[in-house]
Amino acid sequence: MAVDLTQFHEVFFEESFEGLEIMESGLLNLSAGSDDIESINDIFRAAHSIKGGAGTFGFNQVSEFTHDLETLLDQMRDGRSPVTDESVELLLLSVDCLKDMLKSLVDKSEIDCSAALELTEKFKSLLERNSQLSAAPAVNDTPKITSPNPSLSSKWIIEFKPHGHVLQTGNEPYRIIRELSALGEIDVEVDISDLQPYAEMEPTDCHLSWMLKLSGLDLNREKIDEVFEWVADESDINICEETSAPAEQAKNAPVAFENGSYKQALEPENESLPTSTNSQVKVAPESKVAELKKESPKKSVSQPAESKSIRVNIDKVDSLINMVGEMVITQSMLCALSKDFSTDKLDTLVSGLAELEASTRELQENVMSLRMIPISFAFNRFPRLVRDLNSQLGKKVVLELKGTQTELDKTVMEKLSDPLTHLVRNSMDHGMETPEQRVALGKPEQGNVELNAYYESGSVVIQVRDDGAGLDVEKIRAKAIKSNLIDENDVYSDDEMQNFIFRAGFSTAEKLSDVSGRGVGLDVVTQNIKSLKGTLDVKSVAGEGSVFTIRLPLTLAILDGQLLQIGNGVYIVPLVSIIESLQIDENNINRVAGGGSVYRLRDENIIVAQLDGLFGYKDCSVSLHNKMMIVVESSGKKVGLVVDALLNQQQVVIKSLETNYGHVEGISGATILGDGMVALICDIHVLVDLALTNCQQNQGGVYECNNERVA
Amino acid sequence: MSEINVRPVDSMSAQQSVMNESSNLATEQYLTFFLDGEEYGVNILSVQEIRGWEQPTQLPSSPQHVKGVVNLRGTIVPITDLRERFGLVKKEYGSVTVVIVLTFIDEYSNEKVVGIIVDAVSDVYDIMPENVKPSPGIDQKLEEAFIKGLVNIDERMLILLDVNKLLKNDVYIDESVDE
Repeated sequence: MAVDLTQFHEVFFEESFEGLEIMESGLLNLSAGSDDIESINDIFRAAHSIKGGAGTFGFNQVSEFTHDLETLLDQMRDGRSPVTDESVELLLLSVDCLKDMLKSLVDKSEIDCSAALELTEKFKSLLERNSQLSAAPAVNDTPKITSPNPSLSSKWIIEFKPHGHVLQTGNEPYRIIRELSALGEIDVEVDISDLQPYAEMEPTDCHLSWMLKLSGLDLNREKIDEVFEWVADESDINICEETSAPAEQAKNAPVAFENGSYKQALEPENESLPTSTNSQVKVAPESKVAELKKESPKKSVSQPAESKSIRVNIDKVDSLINMVGEMVITQSMLCALSKDFSTDKLDTLVSGLAELEASTRELQENVMSLRMIPISFAFNRFPRLVRDLNSQLGKKVVLELKGTQTELDKTVMEKLSDPLTHLVRNSMDHGMETPEQRVALGKPEQGNVELNAYYESGSVVIQVRDDGAGLDVEKIRAKAIKSNLIDENDVYSDDEMQNFIFRAGFSTAEKLSDVSGRGVGLDVVTQNIKSLKGTLDVKSVAGEGSVFTIRLPLTLAILDGQLLQIGNGVYIVPLVSIIESLQIDENNINRVAGGGSVYRLRDENIIVAQLDGLFGYKDCSVSLHNKMMIVVESSGKKVGLVVDALLNQQQVVIKSLETNYGHVEGISGATILGDGMVALICDIHVLVDLALTNCQQNQGGVYECNNERVA
Repeated sequence: MSEINVRPVDSMSAQQSVMNESSNLATEQYLTFFLDGEEYGVNILSVQEIRGWEQPTQLPSSPQHVKGVVNLRGTIVPITDLRERFGLVKKEYGSVTVVIVLTFIDEYSNEKVVGIIVDAVSDVYDIMPENVKPSPGIDQKLEEAFIKGLVNIDERMLILLDVNKLLKNDVYIDESVDE
């Protein structure tokens, strides 16, 4: 059966990377001396799937290396080898090594085997030591079926009767026999008794069964089981060892296996094959390996992790199909209506269009939801990073992940991992003190780094918080003066000084380390976040730690907007940032001494700003008569924006201004309205900040109280 | 919206035509337009299309000469007034005002699209690069910024603009040529 296997490569790579992630997170959960069988099993399963897949596709370097890794895992699982820091470290290194190997396979570049060989050597030495340490008890403790003399030549008789549909599931008996032949000398007899007459034969079914005699050194039950692992559910397999005693003695002597789930008598090999296969009650070997095989698909479904594709719940797809169906019906209805349209059909037209709008919106929401994945995908790499940095930097830091189920657009997520890595590295290297320093400062020896994600009015907020040393404002100031960024006499608030760290080439680290200190990191982070239309800021208290906050728009493409009329222009404010809209009652406007105006809204006093004033248009009107105000919120701060009129609400497609122009302060993008005109979308986060700053400085767009009214 | 056909050069002087035949590959085609009585030329390869004037959407905190953005089949394109850019007297926009949509490469090697407002489109000329003379240095700042050179055709003089330089400096907000 000539199947082009390359078409499955992508799936294999995807699953393997997924498997490696499972292995990594499992390994991080393992601590020295632990006997968490479930974790080890998870790791083992993942490794095994990779090995199996790699074998199938002929990626021998990968499968061979994984095999070595498995040997150690297997011993850990049986308790023959203790779980030590050394072995966990070794396994983590091999996960990295496998990752590299797979990456080179994806890129179709040469695999660098040197790392693998080195690790293999380490595995061997570790295994040798282990076997010396615990040789005697290990053999007795193990419940596994092992061949009595694993090192001696042994002979096995295998009956292999695939079920009819085995070929349809992509399993090729030839491949299995080929793999067996790699284990030792093999003698194959094929049984064609089930073969139907040619005319009646179902060509896609397997009608053959085999009797295999395998002999070789170091053969054991596991090795053979492993070969059959992929077909264990779909075939009757009977594996018996032919004892080294003469065949006559073995004849009719039942061999009872320790595993109670099946007892299978050894069939005399000289009996005629057809009868033996037919008369036997076939029991598929319920070995552990077979169980694992069945379990592993469930596992991977419950923990989807992928790089280039999204796994989508079938229900979501079904509902999409339903919606598209509805749209097609509406569309054909409208089409028919347009053929002979008259004014009395206007009602039908309007209702048809409303229906179309409803389903378009629903469709859009559903499609967008397909792109959303929980942020744990970005967070999951950090336990490993923190662990590595802990040992590299000699620090004791515990990582805490919060809000891991917060969903984020997939494209955003991909661009987010690098900035987050930078921030965590920074916190660990610059922020966190060494355990000794911490103790001397009266802090707990163990440092804390926390990653948190949550929604806040139309944005996703991601925070990296540490309880380290915090930012040293004086140091930053000194550095800024030294780099001629500020003058010695300039007055900057602590907050402003702290934000200097985001400048390119700005580093207060006295010496460079492998981890950070070149002053590039935070600049890159800022750029990355900006490219996602997000913002980044830092709050820090010296001696207590710092919080880096990333704020990202929830979706990049479409938003629900409120259209506003200001002068002749139409602007759009994201609906999520609007708390309420009201007609301005001029009696509620108060002017605070020397500052801007505030509007008394029930119990709150809200700063009022003219939107066109904020944008720097000189000809903005000052009269508030008959005007509307929208109250918007950003980062917990409320501002009232004065507008001429509220137009309708609609969904708008965000178009970038940066593509052909550049960034405009206070504008997050543009969109095209129904009449083809361009409308600008307000960046409420920036505008609110601007309004507050203006208010403090009493200038620009903040409403100056109307003198006439006061008089 | 007015469309200009980029027609084959048949109304050129004899000298031009001869040059055409002798070295067709070496010549560059320039689209010329009028601006306050002067004729300027831009490389025709950078011209995407020519449109009539339509009211753009004003952009906040942008230079005076950037009039706003328009919708060009789904992309947002800034419109800049070349008269204001060059510090010339403003002119009312009307039905004959023309917007030439140009593409250029910015300093990050991204292709960008910008519309320039000019008085009227004139003609298309084939020009040999060796006939382009350096400008005599009237305004060093302007010339270094975006003038490629001068070329004489018949009785007229064309001012050739370097689109990349012109627009690169143009779009960026911190530029303050005329503010």
